[in-house]
Amino acid sequence: MEKLQMLAMIQAYTGIGIGLMIGVGAAGACIGVGIMCSRFLEAAARQPELTNSLQAKVFLLLGLIDASFIIGVGLAMMFAFANPLLAVIR
Amino acid sequence: MASGKDLNATDYIQHHLTFLTKPVGEGGFWALNVDSVATAVLLGVLGMGVLWWIVRGASSGVPNRRQAFVELAFEFIDEQVKGVFHHGDRNRFVAPAALTVFIWVLLMNAMDFLPIDFIAGGLESLGFHAWRPVPTADVNTTFALALSVWLLMIWFSIAAKGLGGWVHELCCTPFGVRPLWASPFLVFFNLLFNFIEYVSKPLSHSLRLFGNMYAGELIFMLLGLLASVGVGWAILSIPLGVAWLLFHILIVGLQAYIFMMLTVVYIAMAHEHH
Repeated sequence: MEKLQMLAMIQAYTGIGIGLMIGVGAAGACIGVGIMCSRFLEAAARQPELTNSLQAKVFLLLGLIDASFIIGVGLAMMFAFANPLLAVIR
Repeated sequence: MASGKDLNATDYIQHHLTFLTKPVGEGGFWALNVDSVATAVLLGVLGMGVLWWIVRGASSGVPNRRQAFVELAFEFIDEQVKGVFHHGDRNRFVAPAALTVFIWVLLMNAMDFLPIDFIAGGLESLGFHAWRPVPTADVNTTFALALSVWLLMIWFSIAAKGLGGWVHELCCTPFGVRPLWASPFLVFFNLLFNFIEYVSKPLSHSLRLFGNMYAGELIFMLLGLLASVGVGWAILSIPLGVAWLLFHILIVGLQAYIFMMLTVVYIAMAHEHH
């Protein structure tokens, strides 16, 4: 019973941690991408001839901004399916 | 995928996240992920081999479709490198390295388009109990690529500035050493800054690619598992799966492009000196 309680606690807090990692990471990434894309739209409206060259840079920066978030999602998935914190009760 | 007990969702996912590992020495460091290495080598040989074969038969007259395709790829990479690398002849090393990295990482990422169940099931009948088809979803592969780029960065730094010049740059940028009475502290902070920069570059370079491919694979698996929840969810998982597939096609190409651009940018930054 003791072990079951400890297991439940570890899994509960891991679940909360996974939710925070993905949720807060997504919030940061989406806000950042939103700011960048709003600037791009503004720039494209002011100087339409630059749209193509700016668009290539937008995609590059999109990947760079998404990096931390995706790393967080990868870590969260690792906690979901191969939780290393469970090793303490094995 | 048949095992003695009932297959549940976690077991299915963990089976598909297991590498085919063979130890080549003592301990966890020397455990070789045979599936990643074999697929990476095969795709490298295939990709570069096809390029070499097409270029071998290249004519300076009107190109045929294959040669035009290779010329398209070459010009794309050349444009990108030209915009970033201003420190000498880009055709000696940087542009070919960029082309190699781009084609290779793109091919490895594109392995994510193949259905994992068919691959795992087919190879299980050949005796391989675990097989992950995407080499770049293995953190070892992406770290190998990023560490190679990191070593190139250090090599070009030393080649461009000399060993003394490089050490001087490590100790004296970005804060300088004036005023002289504060120089021990300033050197310490310069070293700390540069240390963090040199550590974070390969880490972010590799983990960005790894995270995107790993998360992509995992979300495909989770979307497939939605069918186990109910008929309504099974029907819903089809448009969701299509949407994620379309997004992931973009991500596969984009991450290969970003990896290539950052390779070129890091090598270009290594040539800079004031």
